[in-house]
Amino acid sequence: MNPPAVITAENLTKTYGELTAVDGISFEVSAGESFGLLGPNGAGKSTTMKMIGGVSQRTSGKLSIMGLDPETHGPEVRAHLGVVPQQDNLDEELKVRENLIVYGRYFGLPLSYLRPKADELLEFAQLSDKAKSRVDALSGGMKRRLTIARSLINEPKILLLDEPTTGLDPQARHILWDRLFRLKEQGVTLILTTHYMDEAEQLCDRLIVVDKGRIMAEGSPASLIREYCTREVLELRFGSERNTTIGVELEGVGERVETLPDRVLIYADDGESALEQVSARRLRPLTSLVRRSSLEDVFLRLTGRSLVD
Amino acid sequence: MSALAEGQTGPQSATDAARERTFGPLYSRNALAVVARGLMAAKSSTWLILVSGFFEPVLYLISMGVGLGPIVGTVAGPGGQEISYAAYIAPALLAVSAMNGAVYDSTWNVFFKMNFAKLYQGMLYTSLGPLDVAIGEIFLALLRGLLYATGFTAVMGVMGLITTPWAILVVPASVLIAFGFASFGMGITSFMKTFQQMDWINFFMLPMFLFSATFYPITVYPQYIQWLIQAMPLWHGVELLRQISIGSFSPATAVHIAYYLVMIALGIMLTTGRLRKLFLK
Repeated sequence: MNPPAVITAENLTKTYGELTAVDGISFEVSAGESFGLLGPNGAGKSTTMKMIGGVSQRTSGKLSIMGLDPETHGPEVRAHLGVVPQQDNLDEELKVRENLIVYGRYFGLPLSYLRPKADELLEFAQLSDKAKSRVDALSGGMKRRLTIARSLINEPKILLLDEPTTGLDPQARHILWDRLFRLKEQGVTLILTTHYMDEAEQLCDRLIVVDKGRIMAEGSPASLIREYCTREVLELRFGSERNTTIGVELEGVGERVETLPDRVLIYADDGESALEQVSARRLRPLTSLVRRSSLEDVFLRLTGRSLVD
Repeated sequence: MSALAEGQTGPQSATDAARERTFGPLYSRNALAVVARGLMAAKSSTWLILVSGFFEPVLYLISMGVGLGPIVGTVAGPGGQEISYAAYIAPALLAVSAMNGAVYDSTWNVFFKMNFAKLYQGMLYTSLGPLDVAIGEIFLALLRGLLYATGFTAVMGVMGLITTPWAILVVPASVLIAFGFASFGMGITSFMKTFQQMDWINFFMLPMFLFSATFYPITVYPQYIQWLIQAMPLWHGVELLRQISIGSFSPATAVHIAYYLVMIALGIMLTTGRLRKLFLK
């Protein structure tokens, strides 16, 4: 039997005037699960997160967080939540450690609990030696880690992460992923939005692919790839002039050919043999690359567009 | 963590609890945390702004009262008795300083925190509701007003402008004035999106400062201008403090106080409504 759902959304809808940001999506998240919302900018991911946090009122549909409706029980629901917003909104007028303490007081937590907890979280975020620093003296990755540490001050059962690693360099991203993975191991339910495929593959047990406010597909990263893609992808570049016209000549190679402005993708279970077939047809690509399919390809297949424009 | 306990006993009891709370999702009775944050931030910020707000009315008092005062001589006070020009303008300047402090805190400060520091967004992702934030910020504005008023009253004492024990009441009365402006200021700021719009506040405040019978009696104006001035909040503050400072009370005193009580009530209604609209859309 599955663990009980901590988040249930049914036909969740949000409109801003004419614009429908979230268009009747339904999903469930179980306790301890790591659940992703994947989609391009403007897909409705952040709006969904705001509704879960009770800081945005839904237009229609049902939403329940730990059995409570965030619309009528905002403070109670948020007592269970940790929130890492898309843009860091640390308190620049306070020092690093003060940020954690003050944030904990917003939840009504006593100082006797907050003082040791703040030190523990600084340790977790690898910021112990920065405890007395000013926030604006921190690097982008450090600020992000402090924001995550801050979101854990109330020992949340659910952690909402809105594009946690956007704008960070690769090393900072890996440190962050490692920290998030530890939280997952501790049983924290993670809800994250991202438009990075590798991030979703690293962190999510299950995800929904969202586009224009609708769910396009749902499943684990591996099952989505299995369902919508072949095992491997052959990427060919013929130069920008030929890319668009070469598609016809490649027909029949692999299972499916996708022509993009800058490259041609051939979906095949065996990329190397597909490449041999291309060579046999005397087509000479400038570069060729065989790689495993990723969620990026799933997204392309589902929407006809790539994720990061 | 009573919220936790409610969540575990089932949604029904929590629903009841939310119904019992007057403002439901708007208020979690934790405005104190916002106040604590403000005090902690003040500790590490520059004291210059705080100090400058205190000195401004003192400088006016010295320049006008000490410099201009001997030329003017004595003026008729609220009860009709003659008082020195410095004693005449001092309570008015105190009312102006209460207004300025409260307006600065509830407009520019709030504007910055709302639009640039994104402080309120962070707060509202916790258990805090918009009303906790509003009450906490207004309280901080009043605390600053209290500090200014106490300091200025001390200066009045040192300059020999206090002649009655009643004068001590100008301190709580200044806080009342500050409360009126702070509760309204925050609501008005929530409409502002750009710095240009924020300048309109100064455009409104400066004439009010100069013409609200601050430096001379309102009787110099023709009747219809007097009515206009009397509709403005600062005039009521100036008159209230002027009466208190010499212990000369009349039915008008109650009108001035009532003006501010209504202003506070309307201001809080406006601010809460705006916060609900802005942050719980």
